[in-house]
Amino acid sequence: MSENYVPKSAVGKWFNERLPLLDLIYGHLMPYPTPKNLNYFWTFGGILTFCLVTQIVTGLVLAMHYVADADLAFASVEHIMRDVNYGWLLRYIHANGASLFFMAVYIHMARSMFYGSYKEPRELIWIIGVFIFLLMIATAFMGYVLPWGQMSFWGATVITNLFSAIPIVGESVTNWLWGGYAVGSPLLTRFFTLHYLMPFLIFALVILHVWALHVPGNNNPEGIDVVKGSQDTVPFHPHYVVKDLFALVVFLIIFAGFVFFVPNLLGHTDNYIQANPLQTPEHIVPEWYFLPFYAILRAVPDKLGGVILMVSAIAILAFLPWLDTSKVRSAKYRPLYKQFVWLFFANTIFLGYLGAQVADGMYLIMGRIATVYYFAHFIVILPLLGYIEKTKPLPKSLSEPVLSKEEKEIIASGATT
Amino acid sequence: MQYLSKLLILIFLNIAFFQISVQAAEMKEPLHPEWSFEGPLGKFERASLQRGYQVYTEVCSGCHSMELLSYRNLMEEGGPEFSEAQVKAMAAAFEVKGAPDEYGDVVMRPAILSDKFASPYENEQQGRAANGGAYPPDLSVMVKARHGGADYVYSLLLGYEDAPEGMILDDGVYYNIYAKGQKIAMPQLLSAGAVEYSDGTEATSEQMARDVTMFLTWTAEPKLEARKRIGFKVITYLLILSFLLYFTNKQIWKESH
Repeated sequence: MSENYVPKSAVGKWFNERLPLLDLIYGHLMPYPTPKNLNYFWTFGGILTFCLVTQIVTGLVLAMHYVADADLAFASVEHIMRDVNYGWLLRYIHANGASLFFMAVYIHMARSMFYGSYKEPRELIWIIGVFIFLLMIATAFMGYVLPWGQMSFWGATVITNLFSAIPIVGESVTNWLWGGYAVGSPLLTRFFTLHYLMPFLIFALVILHVWALHVPGNNNPEGIDVVKGSQDTVPFHPHYVVKDLFALVVFLIIFAGFVFFVPNLLGHTDNYIQANPLQTPEHIVPEWYFLPFYAILRAVPDKLGGVILMVSAIAILAFLPWLDTSKVRSAKYRPLYKQFVWLFFANTIFLGYLGAQVADGMYLIMGRIATVYYFAHFIVILPLLGYIEKTKPLPKSLSEPVLSKEEKEIIASGATT
Repeated sequence: MQYLSKLLILIFLNIAFFQISVQAAEMKEPLHPEWSFEGPLGKFERASLQRGYQVYTEVCSGCHSMELLSYRNLMEEGGPEFSEAQVKAMAAAFEVKGAPDEYGDVVMRPAILSDKFASPYENEQQGRAANGGAYPPDLSVMVKARHGGADYVYSLLLGYEDAPEGMILDDGVYYNIYAKGQKIAMPQLLSAGAVEYSDGTEATSEQMARDVTMFLTWTAEPKLEARKRIGFKVITYLLILSFLLYFTNKQIWKESH
């Protein structure tokens, strides 16, 4: 961001002198010094931005044809699928896009956890990220309600009923949310408006997320500080623009595979049955990306307790920068943490598996154990590791670990390359 | 109302928080015939879709509606692709409610291309009353609304057997090995010769089940052919682009290590 943008055209100059917007965008996209050793896990920021924009653009067009009314919603979605030009494509992109969005965000978060990107001085980037995640959850949940199929309706019913667990005012709050005494048109309409609003809030937070990121600059797989502009960094363009583009296209191939060849694989067949308040599906399951949290919710035999635990499971992420007491960022140099973080990922996936099962017998017991472990990772293991773990020595610069022995000796002897 | 909502709340609390005791009556793995619409470049068999429409009209539509379909869909690309004249004639065989006349009376008129498929019942209550309380569901998206999709629908249509000894079935309930709990309210209808195919194909029960399932797959996913065709092009394009970007990326990073 040190280099200033010099517009070439007269109009560009005129504009930039009055509002240095081009300057700002240029600085963040072109010369921005980036560590040269970022691996492909660092491409998910760009991929996620693409996902958000795709959801907004396809959603905008879908909203032109969708009708948010309990009697008409289901048929209006089918109208999109049948009569709107390429409506089937827009809807399948939007529905699968939500799934792919979550796939990408989970990889993005896991990367941050593995390489300690949330640590000082990047705590705020992480916290903004947690809020983005929270908004994504709300947006995706409300979006899933809109087609007004059986899972939409009963999912909305189960989740909105969680608010009735709040002592004393619970029932009033629930009725207020519903806009009546049951899930119906008033709820559908407000979910639609909120589903339309929230992506723009996410977009605003994404700008803050990137802004905050560009203050200290990117973390990197070694987890050490790099000197901006040194030989450890490269300008964002073209190095990472092209690398991110390549990763995005690979991601798009997977995306297209879902959209064009198995568009309903990640959805539930019951959602092609119009909502029926008189008929409960025998097994209500949320979308796959909520399953770990659903498992935590069901692990507690008490409703209020379950709700508190589920909310805590997400809220605790915001405190991660302080729960992790180790000064070393990257798991590469933390032999114990490296094992525990993988265990944590495996446990979360296991929770997701349990969330899809009927909470009964062994599944319920395993769900409880996995839930306890989920929290133990944050409040017991992470704080302790910082004190008992013997970390490996950190390299002095990014060049060091990639240099051969001879090259290191040359540098050590004082020669310059 | 208050009472009802409380009752409802109780029901799903049970579902969400306590053990759901699903009477997971063993579901039999459905048959898996070869479908022409499977695979990355799959297409429907035009003749099979046309026969399937005949089976639907002559057998299924007596009880099942298909509210999301219009007659014009039958001549659209990627479907049965009847000719316009054929579809006009087929539509005209159905009576639908017309606009009110000058006295405000609703007059019945023959259906035209833009009309939705005529429903067998005025409303759900009438459908229930005519079928011993069990409402025959709308078939428009049925194939997508059942686990197992086309395989399941096909198997169900052929799964009728004599109930095992000792099993007592209520009136209007039939034994079907692919149905949930082996019980279904739909009687067996596709017995050999139930329709007489206009193209001379022998109407065995397997043939009819195959044709009508193909037809129902199309009604559930009318843009399937276009989707797969476009998807093939999109993925080919992306693969080429990814190769180019891979080498561009390699070139750019060559001097940076």
